[in-house]
Amino acid sequence: MTIGLPRALAYHRYGVLWETFFKALGGRVVVSPESDPILIAKGESLADSECCLPVKAYLGHLDRLVGNCDYILAPRFERIGKNDEFCVRFWGLSDLARGTFPGVRILSYNLKSHRPDSEVSGFMKMGKTLGKSQIAVLAAYKKAKQAQLTADTRAGVNQRLLLDSPAIKVLVAAPPYILRDPAMGGTLLRLLAREGVTPIFPEACGRAGCRRASKATSQSLYWVMNKEAIGAIELLRPRVDGVILVSAFPCGTDSLVNELVLRREKRLPVIQIILDGQEGEAGLQTRVECFADILKERRRGYA
Amino acid sequence: MLKTVISYPHMGNYAAVFERLFAQLFPRAEVRSPPPITQRTLELGGRHSPDFVCAPFKYNVGNYIEALEAGANLLFQTGTGCRYGHYGELQEQILRDLGYDFRFACLSRENSRPSAALRTLHAAGCQLPAHKIAAALYLALLSIRGLDEMEFWMRENIGFAQSSDRIMAIHRAFLHKVRQADSAAQMMRAIESGRCAMQAIKLDKPEHPLRVGVVGELYTLMEPFSNFNLERQLASDGISVSRAMGIWFLLFGRSDARSLQEGGGYLRYPVGANGVDSVAQSLSYARRGYDGILHLKSFGCIPELNAGPALRALSKREGIPILQMSFDTHSGEVGAATRLEAFVDMIRMRKGA
Repeated sequence: MTIGLPRALAYHRYGVLWETFFKALGGRVVVSPESDPILIAKGESLADSECCLPVKAYLGHLDRLVGNCDYILAPRFERIGKNDEFCVRFWGLSDLARGTFPGVRILSYNLKSHRPDSEVSGFMKMGKTLGKSQIAVLAAYKKAKQAQLTADTRAGVNQRLLLDSPAIKVLVAAPPYILRDPAMGGTLLRLLAREGVTPIFPEACGRAGCRRASKATSQSLYWVMNKEAIGAIELLRPRVDGVILVSAFPCGTDSLVNELVLRREKRLPVIQIILDGQEGEAGLQTRVECFADILKERRRGYA
Repeated sequence: MLKTVISYPHMGNYAAVFERLFAQLFPRAEVRSPPPITQRTLELGGRHSPDFVCAPFKYNVGNYIEALEAGANLLFQTGTGCRYGHYGELQEQILRDLGYDFRFACLSRENSRPSAALRTLHAAGCQLPAHKIAAALYLALLSIRGLDEMEFWMRENIGFAQSSDRIMAIHRAFLHKVRQADSAAQMMRAIESGRCAMQAIKLDKPEHPLRVGVVGELYTLMEPFSNFNLERQLASDGISVSRAMGIWFLLFGRSDARSLQEGGGYLRYPVGANGVDSVAQSLSYARRGYDGILHLKSFGCIPELNAGPALRALSKREGIPILQMSFDTHSGEVGAATRLEAFVDMIRMRKGA
């Protein structure tokens, strides 16, 4: 039994959970390769032209898995709390996968509440589909949940260590599925490194902390991923030199939330970079260099 | 003290209902609908809104700016569903950054629950007792139902009327009554007389006219300016147009569970806002033998994009043509008209064949 996991979107949040779970059940896990221009181009050809870049990438990843596994995992994510919703895109992922690849066996669960049983019952059902006993599934889920927690904690610690560096530090406020994808955030991170700027990811502050802190920027915000991306601004304000908001064209939630941040953040320098998968590197490089220069000058001014 | 002047964004002809509702809720304030939507509204809205926010946001901002210019100082907004739930906060910020002085009452999401809405109304200066508020709301709902029913009939039949002017006149008279109505009884009489007047219109309807169903995102469907008046173009081509979308439908006619059940399994889960409704309604049109479906949405509308693969599968399996059109603040009108013409020619030839 081989389970395919698309290395896109929620994989960067729940990947360890999924991998550990299916491996603990005795399955073989195939993760699609890192994004590359060919994979993204394939995704673009499969998607509606108006879909956002990460969704196009998601379809590209699914395409790589088709034929290489018995099942492909494509869950639906609605919410993890009353006021913590996923972008409506995530509500449609399962149907999008099923509709774009008819005939492919899709494993799915529906994360639609903050109560733990929403996720557990979803995993129990997947275990049943795979023909495993309830006890084995529950044990695998527990183990997987623990592994994900450990991985999240470790990622947070690693990010916090970076905060002690004397270098210029920039909070890159974006969801992990952009930052961790070499074809999207990868170029930006490379350019930042070249300028000697240390990028800090929002996960340095922990997700729940970020979600609470996002209230300082927006009271009525209800999108989990955006809360987690921008909440860190409030928490890291004294410890970073600037903020880069990274968005993928045409991200629906960012269109509102990033605009609000740009209008409301008065103390830290902020720029917004929109990735559309078409940008020449030269344009991006100019903006990154420019921003890095400003941050360096500011430091010198205050020293 | 400065007189309170209330305003709200436009959508279709519902401004008439809001005008009456707010006049009843705030007897001492002045209620002023924004000027009708024009190209200028759209340009103002587009200039001050984020680039790729969905088009209704831009229309709202344009309406607000023109309302503020006309002297409004208390703006209302609501919000549910996908991005609409977060419109209010950013719109208020944009208008404040432009330097306008106003109060903003946002009845979005949790704030639309009765207790919270009542608090917001009180804070905005509505001093009516609860039963009077309830009566005003009841009248507004009644007007909405009457208006939706009348316009539903008009879409289906105006293309075949000997004199569409007569229909428009009845419609105008009805809107006038909506603006004046004092009691539910009066409103019911107005609805009844409107209904009778419409029934008396002579129609040249062929036995099997071309029929097109319109589905999609709510604002683009309900605000004709935002879709270049496509429904009127269809009607003038002698086509019977059906569209279930309206405020009454949104408030009382829809349920994700039912739409999923009636959606023929093309979607398994709710995909946000009206995505499942689009699929369920399309299937219903297909089964009732309609000749084609128009799927309208604003650019980048996520729920409708989520429904995309399902609609394409439905179109293929049920054998019904579906034309999908996206609108933003700068889509060309001629392009839309040409696509629609081609679509109409195609379904006409299909029917003839």
